[in-house]
Amino acid sequence: MIIEHPLLGPRDAAEFTYMGDAKLIDRPDWQAQNAAREFYEYGYLRDNPAGWHEELWFHEAGDRSWLVVTRNTVTHEISKVELARDVARARGRSK
Amino acid sequence: MRYSGFRVIKEALTGHKGWTPAWRDPEPQEQYDIVIIGGGGHGLATAYYLAKEFQQKRIAVIEKGWIGGGNVGRNTTIIRSNYLLDGNEPFYEFSLKLWEGLEQDLNYNAMVSQRGILNLIHSDAQRDAFTRRGNAMILNGADAEMLSTQQIKARYPFLNTDDARFPIKGGLAQHRGGTVRHDAVAWGYARGADSRGVDIIQNCEVTGFRIEKGKCLGVETTRGFIGARKVGCAVAGSSGRLMAKAGMRLPIESHVLQAFVSEGLKPVLPGVVTFGAGHFYVSQSDKGGLVFGGDLDGYNSYAQRGNLPTVEDVCEGGMAIFPAFGRARLLRMWGGIMDMSMDGSPIIDRTHIDGLYFNGGWCYGGFKATPASGFCFAHLLARDAPHPTAAAYRFDRFEKGLMIDEKGMGNQPNLH
Ligand SMILES: Cc1cc2nc3c(=O)[nH]c(=O)nc-3n(C[C@H](O)[C@H](O)[C@H](O)COP(=O)(O)OP(=O)(O)OC[C@H]3O[C@@H](n4cnc5c(N)ncnc54)[C@H](O)[C@@H]3O)c2cc1C
Repeated sequence: MIIEHPLLGPRDAAEFTYMGDAKLIDRPDWQAQNAAREFYEYGYLRDNPAGWHEELWFHEAGDRSWLVVTRNTVTHEISKVELARDVARARGRSK
Repeated sequence: MRYSGFRVIKEALTGHKGWTPAWRDPEPQEQYDIVIIGGGGHGLATAYYLAKEFQQKRIAVIEKGWIGGGNVGRNTTIIRSNYLLDGNEPFYEFSLKLWEGLEQDLNYNAMVSQRGILNLIHSDAQRDAFTRRGNAMILNGADAEMLSTQQIKARYPFLNTDDARFPIKGGLAQHRGGTVRHDAVAWGYARGADSRGVDIIQNCEVTGFRIEKGKCLGVETTRGFIGARKVGCAVAGSSGRLMAKAGMRLPIESHVLQAFVSEGLKPVLPGVVTFGAGHFYVSQSDKGGLVFGGDLDGYNSYAQRGNLPTVEDVCEGGMAIFPAFGRARLLRMWGGIMDMSMDGSPIIDRTHIDGLYFNGGWCYGGFKATPASGFCFAHLLARDAPHPTAAAYRFDRFEKGLMIDEKGMGNQPNLH
């Protein structure tokens, strides 16, 4: 698989470490009433779809940026690659 | 029809005209007592033990393709019970004991071969860890022996024990471990279940569940609705997408694992050898092919095929420990979809939906578990109580902090 890095262009997926579902960006509020339940779901439950999946790839052997890659889990086709930082900020995360 | 040596000779002399199909091809009925989804090793074993050990009637196994087309026919066929933790070791030892009696029980040649498994040791830390593991195994009634470099050399003379990159300092052996002909396990259980009245329905995909007022009434399939008092799901790599149809999210990710087989060679490797430090393991099939594998590709996948960097990584590991194998040509390689759980251990449990039961999260190690998984899932389905050896395999262990994490990797499924 080749990942089209937004800053570096096409890179071999072997340079990256796979870090799972990009929903991990949406960390629950630790002060919420149901925080224990929310963190259990956040930490342990996954949608695990067959089809398009937004996921985190860490460019460990590269520029060490985190990416959100939209990839099809049935065909391994990649349709979109974004910097995780941009995605997180667009969702209202401060850092 | 009972199989025997006498029967083989008789059929050989009469032109093999007397063999009959090993199982029927029935039309699905409208209603069953118990429906098992998934005709892999676990689903078929569950049906077999339900009928044989738990005297259940009116059972069906529903398979979307053909039985044995999933992971049960794609794995590298290793059986062992060399686990460390209390939640696991009694279960896997129970499974190994069932393997030892399986062929007589099923009247089927599954080629169970207890040729032994050897985990290589390269450092003092590894020796400590394997000594502890071996002790845990012995405490649970399994066999384990620490081998010296000389003992290993006697059995595997071509291993470099002098000046290799990873010097071999000993190994943990389980002599009762070994390999089994994987397809024959599916076929043997299918035949045994069928002869006890289980309907094995192939080419029938479950597309949804009929759930009313928190109770599961049956399954929607490509061949119509099939009613059931109880539904047991045993679809391995497809667990996530099947249970999503019941509105469930699981502590599971689906990942691809690749395996490889070389051209046939004369006998060279008497047992199974694992080279954990190099992420490589290998055995030799009875046909002579070297059967080997290594790590997961590492990303979510339902594709049943992997990518080249993993092929390279596995072959490099193999070359590091068995340079001679580089002369053998690769014959085939393939991938299977693993139901990787969040702690690397399986789940055999009820769901929050009445009448709906789940068996999954087998990761890359569910083949060896097939007999015990079937037995324990049948126990749960028939008696609504977990079998003692599978009592820790609960859904709620993640919420309660009771993980069974052999490797101590945490909730990162691709690292288990
Ligand atoms: C490359 C590789 C190497 C492995 N090596 C080993 C090893 O050496 N030792 C070991 O112990 N384990 C090993 N494993 C793991 C082992 O193969 C699996 O854990 C085990 O086979 C899973 O259980 P099963 O046999 O029931 O799965 P499967 O055979 O996959 O059965 C599941 C069945 O469910 C069916 N299904 C799915 N969805 C539906 C639906 N909606 N409706 C109807 N049917 C459906 C599928 O078609 C499939 O036939 C390996 C796996 C792979 C891929």
